[in-house]
Amino acid sequence: MSGAAVVTVEGLVVRRGQHTVLDGLDLEVGPGVTGLLGPSGCGKSTLLRALVGVQRTHGGSVTVLDHPAGAAAVRARVGYVTQAASVYDDLTVSENLRFFARVLDVPGDRVDRVLAEVDLADRAGDVVGRLSGGQRSRVSLAVALLRRPELLVLDEPTVGLDPVLREDLWRLFHELAGDGAAVLVSSHVMDEAERCDRLLLMREGAILTDGTPDAVKESAGAATVEDAFLALVRGGTA
Amino acid sequence: MSPRILLAVTARVLTQLRRDHRTLAMLLVLPTALIALLWWVLSGDASGSAFDRVGPALLAIFPFTVMFLVTSVTTLRERSSGTLERLLSMPTGRLDLLGGYALAFALVALVQSGLAVAVSVGLLGLEVDGSLAVLGLVAVVDGVLGCALGLFVSAFAATEFQAVQFMPLVVIPQLLVCGLFVPREALPSVLGAVSDVLPLSYAVDAMGVLTAGGPGGGSGGAGGSVWADLAVVAGFALAALALGAVTLRRRTP
Repeated sequence: MSGAAVVTVEGLVVRRGQHTVLDGLDLEVGPGVTGLLGPSGCGKSTLLRALVGVQRTHGGSVTVLDHPAGAAAVRARVGYVTQAASVYDDLTVSENLRFFARVLDVPGDRVDRVLAEVDLADRAGDVVGRLSGGQRSRVSLAVALLRRPELLVLDEPTVGLDPVLREDLWRLFHELAGDGAAVLVSSHVMDEAERCDRLLLMREGAILTDGTPDAVKESAGAATVEDAFLALVRGGTA
Repeated sequence: MSPRILLAVTARVLTQLRRDHRTLAMLLVLPTALIALLWWVLSGDASGSAFDRVGPALLAIFPFTVMFLVTSVTTLRERSSGTLERLLSMPTGRLDLLGGYALAFALVALVQSGLAVAVSVGLLGLEVDGSLAVLGLVAVVDGVLGCALGLFVSAFAATEFQAVQFMPLVVIPQLLVCGLFVPREALPSVLGAVSDVLPLSYAVDAMGVLTAGGPGGGSGGAGGSVWADLAVVAGFALAALALGAVTLRRRTP
């Protein structure tokens, strides 16, 4: 199935100061919803930044949609949501979205549609700085949805959200994946793992395991993904 | 480069400014208010010519300083809020971003200088020899220079606090040797040479030529030298923008 790979990472090395964050990481991501799970500080964000081409790398290659990551030809086809909401606090919700819509060259009527998708239609005229943390991250997510991306990279998009909304967002991620997109979602919350088509468990810059949630649990002989993670870590160090 | 993205950035920066009333007041009203204050301070001067000597230099110094300060902090905010990273992960070119900022602040500089010139000439009695339009143009290019230097230094600051610290480093030395305190011809030779390579000196020279009593003024209808001075200031502004583009990295550690 390597022909269907949207992302191919080979021997990726990223160092930050003296610390090697990623040391020769290999990975393929295809269509569907892929969960990248691991504790804070394990290198998830660094890996995601490398995929969208904003991370300085020190070796290896990252190929996205048949181009080097971050190449001009793919930047419009990739959506990226950072962990902190990357929107302008001093603009209203709709001013933010209209600005990014112009940058991405999508028609202005997409703004209303994405606002409805993240359930912020009634806050369109509010200044972002006055919204709650969860609402701000939804504005940030809405920006990434403006142009239907072929690869959507989301760094902890559901942190601090109401469970009902979280459910809605996961449904949206699967809808996007159903339309053929590859959706890569990072999370440090293991209970989100069950919602993914495929799981990557990450720790200390390495991918521990890779498979469907059921396969991951089965191979570790665990009842939950969290137990499987523990079993893999202990199995690896014992 | 994409004009669509450049103009989108310009419109967005102007919307942000419009929402921030205090910054807008600082940009538009403060330079004029400070010039008026100085006029008042010097109004006791017996010869009555002190303001005519200092006023033109101020018309160059204030737009430069205020633009430098606001731009360095604004672009730093763009870097630290994650929106810069987001824009650079989109089809935005680096020149779209810098050009968009420069255009937005050039428009602000136009209004700011228009007000300062109108008040200085209309209310405070500053005498202008050359054309008012050229005077305004010098002020705008000078404001764009401040903006371009602000964009450049913001690359070397990690926090807004550090960005503000660049002001004494970049602006004040230029202010001391630009001819405001001592005419440039009367500076010690080493400082004269330093003054010759700093852009603000040329903006102040141009203002002096355009007004009667300012430094370099009365040098006898040297209309050509205004354009030469203006070209130097514009050249520095373009060079600072180019350096800003170099420091604006798509990939960061």
